[in-house]
Amino acid sequence: MSRLYDFHGGIHPPQHKDAATGSPIQALPLPPLLHIALAQSVGNAARPTVAVGQHVRKGETLAEPDGRLSAAVHAPTSGTITAIGPHPFAHPSGLPVDTLTLQPDGLDEWQPRQPLDWQQADGTALRKHLQAMGVVGLGGAAFPTHLKLAAGQLATLVVNGAECEPFISCDDLLMRERATSIVDGIRIAAHALQAGEVLIGIEDNKPQAIAAMQAACAGTAYRVVSIPTKYPSGGAKQLIRILTGIEVPHGTRATDLGVQCLNVGTLYAIARAVLHGEPLLSRIVTVTGAVTRAANYEVAIGTPLAWLLQQAGISDPGTDVIMGGPMMGITLPDLAAGLPKAGNCLIAKSAALFPPRPAEQACIRCGDCASACPAELQPMDLFWFAKSRQFGKAQERHLFDCIECGACSYVCPSQIPLVDYYRFAKSEIWTAERDKKNATLARQRHEFRQFRIERDKSEKAARIAARAAEQAAKLATQAATPVAASTAAASGMDDAKKAAIAAALARAAAQKEAKPLSEQHTSGLDDAKQAAIQAAMARAAARKAAAEAAKAGDAANPDRAATATPAQTGMDDAKRAAIEAAMARAAARKAAAQSAQADNTAAANPDSAATATTSQTGIDDAKRAAIEAAMARAAARKAAAAEAKKDAAP
Amino acid sequence: MSIHATHIARPVTVSRVMLKVLAALLPGIAVSAYCFGPGVLLQLLLATVTALGAEAAVLRLRQRPVTPALADLSAVVTAWLLALSMPPLGAWWMIVLATLFAIVLGKQVYGGLGHNPFNPAMVGFAVMIVSFPAQMAAWGTPLTTLDAAAQLQWIVTHTLPAGSNLDAISSATPLDVLKTGLLQGGQTAGQLLQQPRFGHWGNAGGEWVALAWALGGLWLWQQKLIPWRTPLAMLAGVLAVSLPLWLWQPAHYASPLFHLLNGATLLAAGFIVTDPVSGSTTPLGRLIFGFLVGVLMVVIRVFGGFPDAVAFAVLIMNMAVPFIDQTTQPRVFGRKGGRHA
Amino acid sequence: MTTLLYALLVMVALALLLGAILGYASVRFKVDADPLVDKIDDILPQTQCGQCGHPGCRPYAEAIASGDEDINKCPPGGEDGIRKLAELLGVDFKPFDAGAAQPKPKAVALIDEATCIGCTLCIQACPVDAILGSAKQMHTIIASECTGCELCLPPCPVDCIRMIPHGTDLTNWKWRYPTIPIKAVKP
Repeated sequence: MSRLYDFHGGIHPPQHKDAATGSPIQALPLPPLLHIALAQSVGNAARPTVAVGQHVRKGETLAEPDGRLSAAVHAPTSGTITAIGPHPFAHPSGLPVDTLTLQPDGLDEWQPRQPLDWQQADGTALRKHLQAMGVVGLGGAAFPTHLKLAAGQLATLVVNGAECEPFISCDDLLMRERATSIVDGIRIAAHALQAGEVLIGIEDNKPQAIAAMQAACAGTAYRVVSIPTKYPSGGAKQLIRILTGIEVPHGTRATDLGVQCLNVGTLYAIARAVLHGEPLLSRIVTVTGAVTRAANYEVAIGTPLAWLLQQAGISDPGTDVIMGGPMMGITLPDLAAGLPKAGNCLIAKSAALFPPRPAEQACIRCGDCASACPAELQPMDLFWFAKSRQFGKAQERHLFDCIECGACSYVCPSQIPLVDYYRFAKSEIWTAERDKKNATLARQRHEFRQFRIERDKSEKAARIAARAAEQAAKLATQAATPVAASTAAASGMDDAKKAAIAAALARAAAQKEAKPLSEQHTSGLDDAKQAAIQAAMARAAARKAAAEAAKAGDAANPDRAATATPAQTGMDDAKRAAIEAAMARAAARKAAAQSAQADNTAAANPDSAATATTSQTGIDDAKRAAIEAAMARAAARKAAAAEAKKDAAP
Repeated sequence: MSIHATHIARPVTVSRVMLKVLAALLPGIAVSAYCFGPGVLLQLLLATVTALGAEAAVLRLRQRPVTPALADLSAVVTAWLLALSMPPLGAWWMIVLATLFAIVLGKQVYGGLGHNPFNPAMVGFAVMIVSFPAQMAAWGTPLTTLDAAAQLQWIVTHTLPAGSNLDAISSATPLDVLKTGLLQGGQTAGQLLQQPRFGHWGNAGGEWVALAWALGGLWLWQQKLIPWRTPLAMLAGVLAVSLPLWLWQPAHYASPLFHLLNGATLLAAGFIVTDPVSGSTTPLGRLIFGFLVGVLMVVIRVFGGFPDAVAFAVLIMNMAVPFIDQTTQPRVFGRKGGRHA
Repeated sequence: MTTLLYALLVMVALALLLGAILGYASVRFKVDADPLVDKIDDILPQTQCGQCGHPGCRPYAEAIASGDEDINKCPPGGEDGIRKLAELLGVDFKPFDAGAAQPKPKAVALIDEATCIGCTLCIQACPVDAILGSAKQMHTIIASECTGCELCLPPCPVDCIRMIPHGTDLTNWKWRYPTIPIKAVKP
C-alpha cells in the first residue's frame, strides 16, 4: 500500500447518499420526445447532419464534431427528427440553445455497430473513434475525452471513482454493477496513454464499489485505493494530489506532469464505444431529494428532465431542481430541457434537505474559508476584492485558481455565498478581456484605415510623377525621331504605349512591395519613403522605356542611321541624353515635391507618429531628390558616353 | 429561485459564534464577581446596554437594518471585553464613555462589523486610559469587605455609605504598584512582590480570574472558533521578552509568571488578539501578529509610561495587519514552491 | 563651537549619503512609464464613433491628456469608462452631461441587403473598415469587426442600415452580482 497524500482544507457535509443507493440501476421506458442539444461538451457545438423529418436509427450520427474541441451527437433511439432549433437547455442562464428534437418510433432499432480493434489501432484512430462516438467526460465537466487521451508515455493514470459530492451515487452504482466494463475501459485508456501505473481512487464510504472494483481488477496491475471521505477529493486535481502527491497548478495540463485523470463513467463509455461500437447514448443519473422513487436510472441523453423527475415520483413539480450535486450543481431554470451528457444527478429540493440560506452577514474574517479551501486561497480576501470590484487584485490573488468547489460557502458563518461572488468576478474579468481584445482589434483596424488613406494619397502622387515620366519618355521618343517616317511615328507611338505599360508594371511592383510594409501599420514617414521609391522606380522604368524607344526609333530608320555621319549621331545622342536627364531631373524634383507634400499631410495628421520628425523628413526628401537627380544625370552621361563610343567604333 | 452556487451550508451563523464567545467569558466573569464583588456585573450591564443603544442609533443614522446587526451580538462581545478590562468599581460614566467610543469610533465609523481595522474594545480602553489614567488605575481591592449594595452605590453615585473605608474598594493594581515601586527605587522587585497585594503568584485574587480566562480561551479553541496560532504566539512573545530580562536582573524585572497572570494578558490571549476582524488572517501572519503583540505588551509594561499595555500593543499591531497579511500570503495549490512529490 | 561644527559635518555627510542613495535608486529603479495618451487611449473603447467631438479615440485621448477635454464625453465607454479615466487621472468621477449623448446597449450595424443600392458611402464612413462591398454591389457588414459607432447611418441615402443590439448567448452570458436583500428601515 503506497502512501496517500492529503490536500489542504476540505469539508465533511452530510452525505445523503443512502436514499438512492438502496436499489440497483433502474431502466426507464422511452420518453415521448427527446431534446438533444447540439452543445453537449466543452467547446464547439456539433453541426447537425440530419434534416427535419428525417428518420434515424439508434446510434446514427445526428451532428458531427465542429473542430477539435467538439464531439459528435447521436440518436439515442430510432425515430424521426421533428425539429431543429432553440430549446431550453440545462444551463444556469436559462438561455435556449439549438437542439434536435427526436420523436422515438418505439422500435429502438440499431444501426450497424462497428467496434474498434483497439489493440491494433494507433492512438489517432482511437481518438477519432471516440470523437465520432461522442464520448465526453461524464464526471460533470463534459470535456471531450479524445483530447484527454492525446498524451503518450504517462506515468500514472488516475481513475476517478471518488464521487465526493453529497447525494450523487451514479458512479457508485456503476462501479458496483458494471466494474468489468469499467476495467475494460481502463485497459483501453491505459493502452492509449501507455500509462505506467493505474490508480483507482474510491472514497471509503463506498465499500461495495471498492469490493466490486477490486474483484474486477484481480489479475491486473491496477490498484484500487480507498481514500478518506472528504469533499472535494473527487476534484481531478485533488484526487491526483491524494493518490500521487502531484499538484497540478492552474493553467497546467496534468499530462505535462505525467498524470491523467478519467472518471469511471467515462471509462465505461469508452469501453462501450470501442468494444461494442456503441456511441454515448445514455448515462446513469441519480434522481434523489424530494422524490418517492429515489434511485439511479439509466437515462437516454435528451430525455426531458421534467419527464424523468415524474418517473422518479417528484412530489412537487414546482420545486427547484438541482442538476449536479448540492455543492457545485446548478439550479435548473427550465425542466423542459433534455438531459445533457454532463447531467449526473438531479436533486429535487425540499425545505427539510435544503433549508433556505440565512441572510448574508458581514464577513468577520474568521478564516474558516481559508481553512476549508482546497486550492489554499484566501477566500475572504477574494470576496472582498470581488465585492468591491477590484478584479485586478482578485486576479493577483489567483482568483482563477479557484475551482468553485463551494467549501468556503459551506463553512462561512456569515452565510456569504462566496462562490457566487467569484463567478461574478470571473465573468466580469472575462468580459473585460473580451472587450479589451475587441478594442485592440478596432484600434488596429482604425489605424490601418488611416494608414491606407495616407497610402492611397501618396500612391496618387506617385502616379502623377509616373505620368510626368511617361510624358518625358514620349517627348524623348519624339526627339529621337525628328525626321522619322510615318511608320517610325507609329512605332514611336507603340513605344510610348510600351513605356506606359512598363511604368504601370513598375507601379504594381512598388505596390506589391508596399503591401508587407502596410501590414506593419507603418506611419507617414514610411509612406513618404515608399512613395519616393515608387516614383523612382517609375522613373527608372520610364527612362528605360525611353532608351528603348530611342533605340527602336533608330532601328526603324536603318537607312538614316547608316547615312548619318557619326558626329551627327553623336550630337543627337548627346542632346537626347541631355534632354532625357533634364526631364528625369524634373520628374525627380516633382516626385520629391509630391512626396514631401505627402509627408506634410501625414505629419499634419495627429495620429501619425511622424509629427516630431517633419522637418527632418523634409530635409531627407530634398536630399534624396538631389541624389536621385544626380544619379539620373550620371546615368544619362554614361549613356551618352556609351552612345558616343558605339558611334565612334564603326 | 435560489441564485446561490452552493446549495447547502453549515448551520452556523455569526450570532452563534458570538454567543459561544460570550459563553466562554462566563467562567472568568464568575471568578471576577467573586473576587472583586458584584460591581463587575453592573459594569457588564452598563456596557451591554450602552453598546446596543449606540449601535442601534448609529445604524439608524446610516439607514441600515438595525435588528440583524444587533442580533449578531458582536456589540455585546465588544461591550463585555471592554467592561472586563476596566476597573470593576469604576464610576458608571467611565464604562459608558468607553463603550460609546468603542462602538461609535472603533467600529461603526468604519462601516460596522467586519470593517473595523482596530479592535473596538481596545479603542475604548485606550481612549480611557489616556484620558483618565488616575481613575483607570484605581482597581478594586480583591476580596473586598464592601457589600454589594455599597459597591453599586459607589459605582453609580461615587459616594460610600457612612463608615466605609475608601481603601476597601480601591487599590492600585499589582502592575501599578510594581511600576511605581521600582520607579521610586530603594526596593527590588523581589521585595516589592512580598507585599500582600501580590498574593501568592503575583496577583492576589487576580490570578484566578486570569486562569478562568485561559479556560474560556481553551474551550473556544476546542470549539474551533479561535486559531491556536495567535494566542500561543502572543504568550511566546511575552516569554521572549520577560524571561531574558528576569534572568538577567531578577531584582529589577518581574518574572514571566507575573506578566502572565497580571493585567489582561490571558484575557487578551483568549479573546482580544483572537478577534478575527482586526487581526491577521494568514497562518504565518497570525504567528507574527500574536508574537509581536506579546513582545510589545511586555516592552510597554516594563519600559513605557503605562502600567498595562495590552490595548496599545494590540492597536499598534492592528495597524500592521494589512502589511503582514500582504507579505505572508500562503502558497496557492500547485503554485511554485509547491510540494511536488 | 566644535559641537556645532560636528553637527554641521554630520548633517552634510548625511545629506550627501542620502542624496547618493536616492540618486542611485532613481537610476537603478527607473520606471519607464507609458505616455499618458497611450494609457488613456487604452481605456477608451476604440469605437471611433466621434461622439466626443473628436475624429476618433486617440484624438480624444490626446485632448484629455492635454487637459482640453472632459472625461465624460465617451458614451460607448459607459460610466465604467469614466470611472477608470477618473482613477487614472486622479480626478473626480463625472456623470454624463444631461443633454449629451448617453450610453446605450452595445449593438452592431446591419445592412438591409434588399434596399442597399451599393453607393459605397457607408464604406467610406466606416472607421474600422468593417463594411464590405463595391460600387453598385450590395454591401455587407462584418459583424465581428463592427464597433457599433453608427457613423454609417447618416451617409446612407436609402436608410438601409439598422443597429442590432448584442444578444446574450452562452458565450457571453455573465454571472450576476450576488444580490443582497436589504430591508428598508422604516422612518
